[in-house]
Amino acid sequence: MVTREDIFKRLENVFDPEVPVLTVLDLGIVRDVLVTASEIQVTITPTYSGCPAMNTIEADIKKELNDLGSIKVLTLLSPAWTTDWMSEEGKLKLKEYGIAPPVEGGRGMFENPQVDCVRCGSKNTKMLAQFGSTACKAMYQCQDCFEPFDYFKCHR
Amino acid sequence: MNTLLDYTLHLADNQLILGQRLCEWCGHNFVLEQDIAMSNIALDLIGQARSYYQYAAKLDGKNTEDELAMLRGERDYKNLLLLELPNGDFAETLARQFFYDVFHLLQMEDHLTSSDESLRAIAEKAVKEVRYHVTWSSEWMIRLGDGTTESHTRIQKAVNKAWMWTGEMFKASAFEGDLASKKIISDPKQFKLSWDQRVQAILSEATLKLPLEEPYQQGGKDGIHTEHLGFILAEMQSLQRTYPGLSW
Repeated sequence: MVTREDIFKRLENVFDPEVPVLTVLDLGIVRDVLVTASEIQVTITPTYSGCPAMNTIEADIKKELNDLGSIKVLTLLSPAWTTDWMSEEGKLKLKEYGIAPPVEGGRGMFENPQVDCVRCGSKNTKMLAQFGSTACKAMYQCQDCFEPFDYFKCHR
Repeated sequence: MNTLLDYTLHLADNQLILGQRLCEWCGHNFVLEQDIAMSNIALDLIGQARSYYQYAAKLDGKNTEDELAMLRGERDYKNLLLLELPNGDFAETLARQFFYDVFHLLQMEDHLTSSDESLRAIAEKAVKEVRYHVTWSSEWMIRLGDGTTESHTRIQKAVNKAWMWTGEMFKASAFEGDLASKKIISDPKQFKLSWDQRVQAILSEATLKLPLEEPYQQGGKDGIHTEHLGFILAEMQSLQRTYPGLSW
């Protein structure tokens, strides 16, 4: 019989369709796995209310676990997802991929966090736009090497 | 009367209708970054609307989330009148957004302590998103207000125009009054003082003035809409009504 651990292992093969270097485990959206005699339940939580990737992720989880029996994917809203649940490994993968991982700071209304350039490491960067190509990202630009890059917003 | 269902639909309709209005800007904005920003805000709002419609469908027990979103008549929609107003120029869209964002944040902060588990769960997610919306619209209010003569004139005109539609936010409908008496939500009139302060703080920095007259327009919560809602619904619903049950 499959164990909870087996399921978690298999979920390492399910990637975020929008940020394909991150697995659903790296993202921290898998909240629970329950194996019963009749079915396997995977509980996920959305990153953002309108994240269009959630339906795809649900389908991908079902596809990945398909051979193990009846799969049910449940969605749980509370507690709400936070980037604190992202794995340290996930943050490293993001950076290598060219997306600056979430950093703390800049909690005031018009304060932006200090984000280091993903190309040259410079601290001399500025936010170009509060919203980016997906709900979870903002756009930054390095003022030394001038490279524009995505920043994965700190969400908590 | 199921007041919790009515209130949930009111919240769902607010986000859906404003989301739909913001989507009208997609591909028409003056810079790419703001096109993306407004589409992102619309996405958040429509995502929140979906959570509310799902909850409403559960409370209702008869209609699905899609039927509630796409197949009700104009009189059944309970959104604020402010949110159905035409986009106008960027300034008008922005003034509408700013007034609503500040209110929306106060409302979501209130829901964080609601005794209703579903409203609380949706608010836990939404509150983080709405904080971003408030930052975005506040920043633009300041940029336009404290900008050029042209931008100042146009955003002041937009503030004056949107103002008369803001009173409805704080005037409890029958369903809000009932839920407030059961301590499920706070009476929205309690948000007025904080709203005034937050709005005033940004407008002062933006060198803009609020009109003196009392905002008087109301009716949306009870399904009495402006002529504009029918046109939005016609566009939104035509596909579902022409091909019932159609899906991707």
